[in-house]
Amino acid sequence: MKNMMKLFLAGVAFAGLFASAHAEDKPTIEIMSSWTSGGEAAALNVIKTEFEKRGGVWKDSSIAGFGAADAAFQNRIVAGDAPGAKQGVIGLAAADFINQGLFNPIDDVASSGKWADALPKSIHDLISYDGKVYLAPTGAHGESWIFYSKEAFEKAGISQEPKTWDELFADLDKMKTAGIVPVAWGGQPWQQTKVFNMILLSQVGIDGFLKIYVDKDKSPASVEGVKKALEILGKLRGYVDAGAAGRNWNDATAMLITAKAGVQFMGDWAKGEFTVAGKEPGKDYGCMIVPESKGMVYIADALWFPKTGKAETDKAQKLLAEVVMDPAIQVEFALKKGSVPMRSDVDKSKLDVCAQKGVELMAAGAIVPDQAIVLTPQQVGALDDFVDEYWSGGSNDAAAAAENFFAVFE
Amino acid sequence: MSIKRKPNLSATIALLPTWFVAVVVFIGTMAWSIRLSFTNSTLFPSSTYVGLAQYSKLLSSAKWLASLQNVLIFGVLYVAGCLLLGFLLAAALDRKIRFESAFRTIFLYPYAMSFVVTGLIWQWMLNPTLGIQASVRSLGWESFVLDWVVNRDMAIYALVLAGVWQGAGLVMVIALAGMRGIEAEQWKAARIDGIPVWRIYVSIILPQLGPALAAAGMLLAMGVIKTYDIVVAMTNGGPGNATEVPAKFIMDNLFGRQNLGLATAGATVLVLGVIIAVAPFRYAMHMRDKAKGAA
Repeated sequence: MKNMMKLFLAGVAFAGLFASAHAEDKPTIEIMSSWTSGGEAAALNVIKTEFEKRGGVWKDSSIAGFGAADAAFQNRIVAGDAPGAKQGVIGLAAADFINQGLFNPIDDVASSGKWADALPKSIHDLISYDGKVYLAPTGAHGESWIFYSKEAFEKAGISQEPKTWDELFADLDKMKTAGIVPVAWGGQPWQQTKVFNMILLSQVGIDGFLKIYVDKDKSPASVEGVKKALEILGKLRGYVDAGAAGRNWNDATAMLITAKAGVQFMGDWAKGEFTVAGKEPGKDYGCMIVPESKGMVYIADALWFPKTGKAETDKAQKLLAEVVMDPAIQVEFALKKGSVPMRSDVDKSKLDVCAQKGVELMAAGAIVPDQAIVLTPQQVGALDDFVDEYWSGGSNDAAAAAENFFAVFE
Repeated sequence: MSIKRKPNLSATIALLPTWFVAVVVFIGTMAWSIRLSFTNSTLFPSSTYVGLAQYSKLLSSAKWLASLQNVLIFGVLYVAGCLLLGFLLAAALDRKIRFESAFRTIFLYPYAMSFVVTGLIWQWMLNPTLGIQASVRSLGWESFVLDWVVNRDMAIYALVLAGVWQGAGLVMVIALAGMRGIEAEQWKAARIDGIPVWRIYVSIILPQLGPALAAAGMLLAMGVIKTYDIVVAMTNGGPGNATEVPAKFIMDNLFGRQNLGLATAGATVLVLGVIIAVAPFRYAMHMRDKAKGAA
């Protein structure tokens, strides 16, 4: 019996030794993301597959909902148990963590991969803090899109894309009479804010948009622009269905896929849902930049790399950064996610018609940053409150609301 | 004649961990949050004091004021609704009906579910394009409207409805236990006097259930202060600020908006509010006990 016990213990010890040696060999990483919808998960899987092919061990900690994932991540950081990587946006949200010294720089990967040459300068500036690169960009999203169901357009007798807001509203009226829900509205504050911003850009132009959000300019021209944007937003209220409040964006996209609704105002991640449903851009659905807009609002995703104090995770972070910025992976990821690759030197021929329009605008510099890039989380929250209050309050007093808009920056 | 007891050393030692937890965990964290509410902390705690700035920001926030008003409306209607419905259910079950235990299980069952599940179920049922409204309309009544969940003026009552549906079972069980403790003699006496059944419940049974219902009411009231999950599941605070509640305001600012200072200020105000609401009541109880002791 005693011998048996010894043998057993020796076996356990040996197995333990073997297992730990095995684990140390392989770069291991835990990824926390909120990419859980069909298209998003498929895109994340592109990175996962390549990462594992290159010998990494991947542990998925996906949490549905951007806010929920952020909250869980903050808890883990405060508890001293940070995950190896977190999906987040490029912008001020990451700055607080970096200033506290909580993230690992990935400078050596960036310099050996010549990221500075491959990325647009504005993006490279946004992922660098104090001259060091901290974030690995996965892709950019255009947020000025109107997606429309070709079937719904046909039923309502609409033959071409509207060029102005007036034409758009006329088309929405046609769909209403045809018994189709004109606008598949995502009724969450963050979605409403994005619609407000794409309308605002169409009214004030690129310089006006930057003046408002970057310079916090409160001149009469800015106030007037906000007012015009609010008027258009308010007009849209008449074209949404009763179940819009609180609706998820992918549920709204599903309304287009089934041709129950005509158009959706959303970022290009909506394409991922169409793709998962087997719909093709240009054939089953169309994409257009909102009327009268001379550019597009963009947001960029990246992976953040918290310090974990584990050597195998540090190794894995570098490997992951390499994988994410691999030109082939950037394209494949973009195809699944519906995004635009961050690198400007990738093969664009594979991208769909919508993404190519996006790439053109990006290359021409006709882009303005999403509020998450230029505002603090508190200001983003205040902006969400402002737009939600106007939308759901049913107030048509755009002029009074426009005056209050600038309190968002306080 | 009271015997002065010597403090028991081993008991004191045994209780030390409890004392430690009470002081460090409860009082300590509370003091820490109150301290944070006077700083300009955003994502991480900071030690730059800003005086009452967070409080003035809080009190000028329309969202916070709306959340206080909402929790008041919800709390009063939820507790009152649960107590009333729970008592009626208990009285009905007390009539020695058949399959009582089956009914008991059915009525108590909602309470076993989490608020998140309750919220989701009611959100689906009240959603005008999926739930009751859509099914009634599909049956032919085209003008039927039940859109509480998406209606600014009615959304808070939709929450009350879901809350009462869930909480009434608990009150029923407690009230039923209380009713079973009432002597059968009282029933017989009342019957002989020819008092109608409803009158027996109102004038004889109900007064004796006071302590049981007070306990149930207290349990429900504690739930009201931390109302969070049902709101998130059903309306997420919307439309607009129509169903925003303090606990959700605090959570949003703690995490999504990275605003520790404002969130802890909100939490402090909430605790103060509870103390202010409970203190006169406790004082009255204390004075009554004292008066009893003196008599």
